[in-house]
Amino acid sequence: MIKPANTPAPRQDDPPYRPGEPVALFIPCYIDQFYPRVAEATAKLLTKCGVPIVYPEGQTCCGQPAFNSGYWEESKRVIHHFCDTFEGHRWIVTPSGSCAAMCRVFFGHVDPDERIVGIGRRVFELTEFLVDVLGVTDTGATYPRKVTMHVGCHTRRELGVVEQPLALLRGIREMTYCELPEMSDCCGFGGTFSVKMPEMSLSMGRAKVENIVRSGAEVVVSPDTSCLMHVAGIMQRTEEAKHIEVKHIAELLVSE
Amino acid sequence: MNSENLHLEGASFLKQQNEGLYEPAGSKATGEAAVRSTDKNRVITGAIPYWQDWREQARDIKRHAVANLDKLLVEFERNIAARGATVLWAETAEEANRMVIDIAREHDVRSVVKGKSMVTEEMELNRSLQAAGIRTVETDLGEYIVQLAKQRPTHIVTPALHLSAEEVGRLFHEKLDEPFTSEHQQLTDIARRHLREEFISADMGMSGCNFAIADTGTMAIVENEGNVGLSTSTPPIHVATIGIEKVIPSIHYLPVFLQLLARVGTGQSLTSYTHLIHGTTPGKKLYIILLDNGRTRILRDPAAHNALTCIRCGMCLNVCPVYRRAGGWAYGWVYPGPIGSIISPHLVGMKQAGTLPFASSLCGACSEVCPVKIDIPHQLVHLRHRAVCEPSPANSILDRLTWRAWAWAMSGPRRYKLAMWAVRVGVRAAGVIPQCLHVDKLRAWTRGRELPKVPGPAFRKWWKRQRP
Repeated sequence: MIKPANTPAPRQDDPPYRPGEPVALFIPCYIDQFYPRVAEATAKLLTKCGVPIVYPEGQTCCGQPAFNSGYWEESKRVIHHFCDTFEGHRWIVTPSGSCAAMCRVFFGHVDPDERIVGIGRRVFELTEFLVDVLGVTDTGATYPRKVTMHVGCHTRRELGVVEQPLALLRGIREMTYCELPEMSDCCGFGGTFSVKMPEMSLSMGRAKVENIVRSGAEVVVSPDTSCLMHVAGIMQRTEEAKHIEVKHIAELLVSE
Repeated sequence: MNSENLHLEGASFLKQQNEGLYEPAGSKATGEAAVRSTDKNRVITGAIPYWQDWREQARDIKRHAVANLDKLLVEFERNIAARGATVLWAETAEEANRMVIDIAREHDVRSVVKGKSMVTEEMELNRSLQAAGIRTVETDLGEYIVQLAKQRPTHIVTPALHLSAEEVGRLFHEKLDEPFTSEHQQLTDIARRHLREEFISADMGMSGCNFAIADTGTMAIVENEGNVGLSTSTPPIHVATIGIEKVIPSIHYLPVFLQLLARVGTGQSLTSYTHLIHGTTPGKKLYIILLDNGRTRILRDPAAHNALTCIRCGMCLNVCPVYRRAGGWAYGWVYPGPIGSIISPHLVGMKQAGTLPFASSLCGACSEVCPVKIDIPHQLVHLRHRAVCEPSPANSILDRLTWRAWAWAMSGPRRYKLAMWAVRVGVRAAGVIPQCLHVDKLRAWTRGRELPKVPGPAFRKWWKRQRP
């Protein structure tokens, strides 16, 4: 597994997770509004694993769109709101690797304040939390279909999370895992990159879609809904990929 | 692999100065060759169990060197000057060019043979020497081809990556009056024959330098074709141009760098030739030009220091999905690809290169393979921040206002709900309104992708229903 040099690890100085400790859900803005089913699956999944969850209702966004666009002052304002909202929560879990990377890796770039960095480092990507913190790889799910997986670049390279979602997929009963050719290639979404350099973004996305078709899967899953929004948007316009369904990994992990 | 020669909007900022170089030719070859290099590289680096340890060592040594440039460069100068070399310090490219021309005039030089050097590309030395009436011949095969074609390199290690063997064959037929062939061996023989004469007749040889070693005062230069050996030893004068970041503290550290550079740069366990030049030989002259050309500007920005640790292996170009599709010229200056996007803005200024840091999806494939572990995507976001704050083409008041409004909406739950209601209405409307009427940013999305369907209530409403 690749751990990039500059990723701060989750806080080692804090005590490990004790069963029954509550976990705060962070549902990123686009999931809240456009993919509520992903958030619902996440909530159900954590509950199924015996984790009590809370949902701080003031939450909005992690600040990533402005950060990646260079507008750090604007991003900082949103980050501060995030930290005010999640202050005091020891465990924060989100079904988006990219947002988790923003919190854990990049908060410190915008504001090196100890409190901000400390809260950012308590944010876990969902599959990472299940496997590394809870030690769960079998969620009791059954899913009798052919599935392939795309892992977003922030999840893979900033968080070093690849094995965790794979381990969880292996735990699903009756599912056939189809290897995705050139799995580590970027899908071309890249946040505002997708509209700043649309031709480049689309070209990369089409290559990803070709590989998904080649994998022979009926369903493509990912721990990153943002990549999927872009990939699904292209697949709907691609004749040979129209039939392929797009799901967040949490949706598979709660299916029975 | 689909390569489509895509334009990096706004990034080819020196386009006007390089007319005719931006024709969409040969980018397919670039993409394919880059994929081949990547595959080869994975095999050769995967075979080394302690590869990651080497990378960490190399990173630490280079970071130490960059932090101690002042001391190490002086140590290098003292040690190599003690063995007869003349060391000159140039602040700008113009100054360095003038130094080379002065040396050439002093010794009545008519023709120069050059080993491959990115620094001389940066200086546009060939142009300056030609303007001074001095003939220059690039002797690295790739550079020779690119020079014959009157182009610029598209890659920092393999300059003619964008040309196929057929294209090179046609070029040789046209410019060297040789019978057409696309056979690699025959093409190499042709170049070798022509270059041999150049080596013999040249009055001066030039080279770059891969590692300037401080404690022994040694220049380490690696190559595969023997042309650097001939360029630096056949003519009576050798002029080496070195970017000041090339210095490393000790010769004890050289083996790790030689291994890293060869394996990553060209997929070899070691390059065919490694030259260690410690000083002059009897009857010959050695000049060394240490060039800053904006590098000390990078030192002023602590967040950017890592960009100076680059050893120019070119691997970040090979793995970059944007480079593979756009080719080297799209980046507008000497250094293309991810490394170009993080050093060009410093070296030529934000005003000219301010859009380059945006030419990336921040996927990080580059930093995953970088032999000195440069945090390229982090450098890119840092530069994006600078680009929108400093005078640059990326600095726009409209964008600033948009992000201000976004930040306002996103820093309170009520405002968030209001903004999201508007977004939902907007996305629904966009689904009904014909695509041709979409505003720019929306059309950028919808011309190749469907918008997500607006679902029922947001998650927060579901949550409230679940836990009243």
